[in-house]
Amino acid sequence: MSDKQVRSMLSKLEGHKFDAVPWNEPEPLAESRVAIVTTAGLTVDGNADWNAGDQGFKIIPKNADDLTLAHYSPNFDRTGWVVDKNVVFPIDRLNEMAEEGIIGSVADTHVSFMGAQPDHTLETIRLDSGPAAAKALREDNVDVVLLTPI
Amino acid sequence: MGTLASVLEQEGFVTIALSSIREQTVTTAPPRALHCEFPLGRPLGKPNDADFQREVLNAAFDLLHQPSGPVIIDYPIEIIDDADAPLSCTIPPADTGDRNPAAAEALGLLPAWRRTNEKYGRSTVGKVVTAEQVPDMLDLFTRVADGEAWEEVGIPGDPTKIAADIKNFYEEASISLSETPPSARSAESWFVEQTQAGSVIQKARINMKEAGANFYFWYYLLPMTQHHEPTNN
Repeated sequence: MSDKQVRSMLSKLEGHKFDAVPWNEPEPLAESRVAIVTTAGLTVDGNADWNAGDQGFKIIPKNADDLTLAHYSPNFDRTGWVVDKNVVFPIDRLNEMAEEGIIGSVADTHVSFMGAQPDHTLETIRLDSGPAAAKALREDNVDVVLLTPI
Repeated sequence: MGTLASVLEQEGFVTIALSSIREQTVTTAPPRALHCEFPLGRPLGKPNDADFQREVLNAAFDLLHQPSGPVIIDYPIEIIDDADAPLSCTIPPADTGDRNPAAAEALGLLPAWRRTNEKYGRSTVGKVVTAEQVPDMLDLFTRVADGEAWEEVGIPGDPTKIAADIKNFYEEASISLSETPPSARSAESWFVEQTQAGSVIQKARINMKEAGANFYFWYYLLPMTQHHEPTNN
């Protein structure tokens, strides 16, 4: 079975949709502060064990150089991550884009949740951990959030 | 991912979501999504290819020009995985002593695993056991593969997490044994199809399933791409 077939099988999973899709008008990218929010289950304390069902989040500092991918699911490739963290968490690319003036700045605060959550309503993320992560990003004056999925 | 994007947009941020599974993105309707037909686990597409990653990011940030949403744009380049094409790498011979073949094989891979860990500084081993404990864990899974009940062989924790530590150890060792970094899922395919350990975990998985183990324990013992069921004739 190929990865593409896996993605096809997973396409029928239920998901939560907001009644109205929220929408904010962006400022110019060259003046925007950008943060990454990933669902790769990244940790900075060396813990490689993120339990299925845990809808919490971890703060990933911009300069963290000891990241661990702790996602519970076996159903995705990890070798790309091992040889180049940017294939999941493109912090070096964002730093280059900031140096070139394409984006305004790279946030000091980034965030990781973990995807493939068994509870497709994501109630905890919607009502608790999502807003808590937003607070941390707001305190760092983040404008634009780039989400990378696993 | 789509739901999380909407949560953050509602909190006042402008969000751009990379998407891996198109129908899920349609279902969850994030404000702005760039759908990429890339293998799971590689949302930026290609490791060690800064130019490729930059192009993906350029396309993502272009979504800021969209006047309204939800909007999904399809990235024009698709990447095919190698789940069915095992990585080509040779397993070094080990000083086996009287160990079972899978444990001996893992002992022989420890130096390669250490080289990968030293070179890249990232490991996904360690959910329950360390790399050094992988051979002992293979002794236990060999007993399950040989027919003993999985609850009774002394597996020191969630078997799916220990199986993940074993698989991740092998995949990370393979990175140092192959000439180029593995394409997506080729190391996984090598582990399951061409190593003693992969064969042991596959047999253990099938035995657990047939013995009526909880779905979670046998299903997540290996990636769903590698569930090869026995034929009956």
